[in-house]
This record gives sequence, C-alpha cells and structure tokens, in this order.
Amino acid sequence: MALLELRGLHKRFGGLHAVNDVSFGVERGLIKAVIGPNGAGKTTLFNLITGTVPASGGQVLFAESDISRKKPHQIASLGLARTFQNIKLFSDMSVLENVMVGLHVRSRTGFIGSMLRMPAGRREERRLRVQALQLLDRLGLSDFADCEATSLAFGQQRAVELARAMALQPSLLLLDEPAAGLNIYETAEVGRLISSIREQGVTVLLVEHDMSLVMDISDEVVVLSFGKKIAEDVPQSIQQNDEVIRVYLGE
Amino acid sequence: MTLELFIQYLFAGITYGSIYAIVAIGFNIIYNTTGIINFAQGEFVMLGGMISISLLPVLGLPLAIVAAVVITMIFGALLEICFIRWLVNPGVLRMIIITIGLSILTREAALHIWGESIHSLPYFVGNEITSVTIAGARISPQVLWVVGACGCMVIILSIFFQTTSVGRDMRACAANRTAATLCGINTRNMVTLSFMLSAGIGALAGCVVSPITSTAYDNGTGLAIKGFTVAILGGLGNSMAAVGAGLLLGIIEAFSVHIIPLAFQDAIAISLLLLILFIRPHGLFGSRSAGLKEF
Repeated sequence: MALLELRGLHKRFGGLHAVNDVSFGVERGLIKAVIGPNGAGKTTLFNLITGTVPASGGQVLFAESDISRKKPHQIASLGLARTFQNIKLFSDMSVLENVMVGLHVRSRTGFIGSMLRMPAGRREERRLRVQALQLLDRLGLSDFADCEATSLAFGQQRAVELARAMALQPSLLLLDEPAAGLNIYETAEVGRLISSIREQGVTVLLVEHDMSLVMDISDEVVVLSFGKKIAEDVPQSIQQNDEVIRVYLGE
Repeated sequence: MTLELFIQYLFAGITYGSIYAIVAIGFNIIYNTTGIINFAQGEFVMLGGMISISLLPVLGLPLAIVAAVVITMIFGALLEICFIRWLVNPGVLRMIIITIGLSILTREAALHIWGESIHSLPYFVGNEITSVTIAGARISPQVLWVVGACGCMVIILSIFFQTTSVGRDMRACAANRTAATLCGINTRNMVTLSFMLSAGIGALAGCVVSPITSTAYDNGTGLAIKGFTVAILGGLGNSMAAVGAGLLLGIIEAFSVHIIPLAFQDAIAISLLLLILFIRPHGLFGSRSAGLKEF
C-alpha cells in the first residue's frame, strides 16, 4: 500500500469548494509533485494532510493508519514533516536551536528530566546538539549554526526550514513551493537537495510552480484545478495532457 | 537627603521592584505562549502567601512555602485546563476577559476562605526589628530574602528557557505556533506549562514578601496593575527588560515618598502606565514591531 493515501478528500470554506473529492496515493521512495494554477487548492491540500485545517470529508491514510482525526503535533511525530511557502522559522532563536526543536520530538527525555537538568537530560541535550550540527553540515549550513535564523538570506532560511523538517526524521516530507523566490542557480540546488533527500529513503510530496524543476525531479505529477484532480501521471505524459494544457494556457 | 536615607529608600524600592518584576515575568511567560494578558497573575501571588500562612502550623516554614508553590502551580494549571484549553479559536480579547473573571472569582473565594483580615508569614530570620546594617542604613534581612529569591528565579528561568529542550519548545511555541505544532510540539501542553510556571513564580514571590507587606485577600489586584505596568514598560514578552522596568518602578515609588505623600504612591504607577501606553506602547526596551502584536 502507498505511504500516503488520500481518499475522497473534501474541504469547503463557506461556499468555496477548495478541495473537491481528491484521491491519490504517494508510493514509498517517490518524489511526487502537486501542480495547478493559483487557487487550485494545493496549499489547502497540504493543510488537510498535516491536520492544521480539518477536512470537511474524506480520509487521509498515512502508513496504513487513518490520520484525518489526529492533531497536527501527533501527525508530525508519526514522521510527517513539512515546510511552508512563506517561511516559518522560530525568530529570536539560532539556526542550531531551530533544528534542535525539530529533533526534540524524537528525543526520549521526559519533561521532568529536562526541567531538572538531570544527567540523562544533559547527555540528551549534547546528543541533540551533535545531531543538529551534523544535519546542518549536510545542508552546508554549519557556518551559520549560531546565527539568528531569521537574519539569514532568504535561500538560506529555506534550507534551515528544510533542515528543521529533516530533523523530525520523517518518512514523508511535504514541501510547499521549495523554489519560490529563488533564482535559477538556487532552484537547481534545491532540486539536487530534494533528490538527495529521496536517496536517504524519504518520500517527498511537493507543491511547486517552477515547471522545469517539477518535470526534472518528480516521478509522478498530480494536477489540481479548482479543487479537483484533473490528471495524475508521469511528467512526460502530463506535458502532453490536453486537459492540463487547457487549464494552464486557456482554450 | 542623607546617604543612609538614600540607601533605605533604594532598598525599599528594590524590594517592591523585584516583586513587580516577578509578576511582570509571569505576565510575559503567558503572553509569549498565548498572546494574552492573564489578569489573574496577581492572585497567584496572593494565593502563595495565603496558602503558606495556612500550612505554616502544620508543615513548618520551608515545607509550607514549597507546598504553597506546588498547590498554586496546580491551581494555575487547573485554571488553564478548565477555562482556556478547550476554547475553539478563542479571540485574545475573550481570553483576557475570562482571566479578569477568574481573578475576581479567585479573590472572592479567598475572601470566604481567609476572611478580610490581614495575615502574614513570620520573618524568615529574626523578627520585624532585626536588621542588618549596610553603609549605615538599617535593612531587614527579609529584604535580602526577597531580592535573593527573585534574583534566583530570574536566573533559573533564563537557564530553563535557554538551555533545556522544554524551555526551547516553549520559545518555539512563542515564536511561531503553527510551525511548533508541525515540529510535533503539543502547544496546548506548553500553554498549561506556562500557566504553571507563572503561578509558581508568583506564589514564591508571594511567600517571601508576605512578612514585609502582609497578605490580604485583595492584594492581587494592586500587584496585577503594577506588574502589568512593568510588563508594558519593559516591552511585553521581554522578561529581562521586565526586571529592569520592575526595579525602576519600585525605586521611583520609593523615592517619591520623599516628595509627595504616600497616599499618591499608586497614582505614580498608574500615571506611568498611561504615559507609556500613550507614548511608547511597545515599551522602553521593546521594538515597535514586537509590541502588542495581538491587539
């Protein structure tokens, strides 16, 4: 069975049907892209999957269990991480600390141990620090570990957000427009990064407007228009699909 | 003004100032995780004093204080769990009004339990006439207890927030609640924890200051106004600035006695609050964008 399975997902905002009966699966180990014109319901779809917005109907199955009724923090700790279109880093915290917050979910020290700074808590804290530094190193961010996260350049903030999401050690990573606002060199870099994340065994579902990036890295593409799924196929066939061309270019 | 008198006033100012600072830090901790001002903050201080006084005959002074702090923390957690936690998409204003209601409720309950009379803990060392001499001025050792306890609380809190993972999670929650949730942090538990922390530090402050100021059921209101003034003065959400602002207000109040009658002391805090709200609502040390984000 697919790692993530959407079954007849619906979301209405008043009269607006933002997501209308969307069903598809994301197989383990793939990079799958969701594309569609502005307002097609892509970000809403992500919000439904991560539980930040309750669905009006339908089911989300993650690793064979129904997560549609679960709280966002529970879903995150099951191994489903995401990044945001408009970067949401923790201000007033260093890059390292941002990543450590992500790592904490996987750490075992309880609440009391951490409060009292027991030896186990201190060891854990050191371990988290080392892990966070390794993660930053892999993303080429170790030089900025002690900088305030929100003071970095836009592209670097994106990478920090990615590092924080990877810190959750997710089996599925949702990326909301990872290349938005980046120049072509940075976009290519992001493409390489996403591919390397997949090499590490993480399944990726991304929303992206940059078609060359999407066609380059994705194994499968889902196309949404006005909340409805209009196509789902490999990139080459999507490029030939009449319905998709009509939606993107008009009649 | 003689040097002795100056030091006397200074220490009086620092004593009250540290209590104001602790109340303000309590405001800040809850403000940071929820964006609301918890007007029941002053009640935590009153409860700490009252509960320790009631437990004193049974447990002895040190244990009575520990028990009072723990009980007040549980009380703080219960307030949050019963009245705040289950609200669906609560507006900031609605939550603030709830805390005002809770503060009135707590005060009235305290009136029924402890009556109208004024109680106080005994001095921790010696009695009301014991004093230590500092630069010719005679200071009650209790003053040193108050300053020491408040100083310790500030240091421990900052270690907690800077170097423990739970503290870091709370800061993450304050910085961006959505992102914190999606990092797997249970933000509701962080809010409960922030109420417990605020209640705990308030209660401890209430215990150490009780011998000097006495404790009555309606102490909380005045302290909440002073603490709020200090929190605004320092810039909401900024606990270190609250320490500075607290000491400033305490010292201004203490020295004002030299110039204007004692009865006007409270008017000073209120005038200062109004002034700061008109001129610099983001506080003396706060940045313009950070101030009053939810209002």
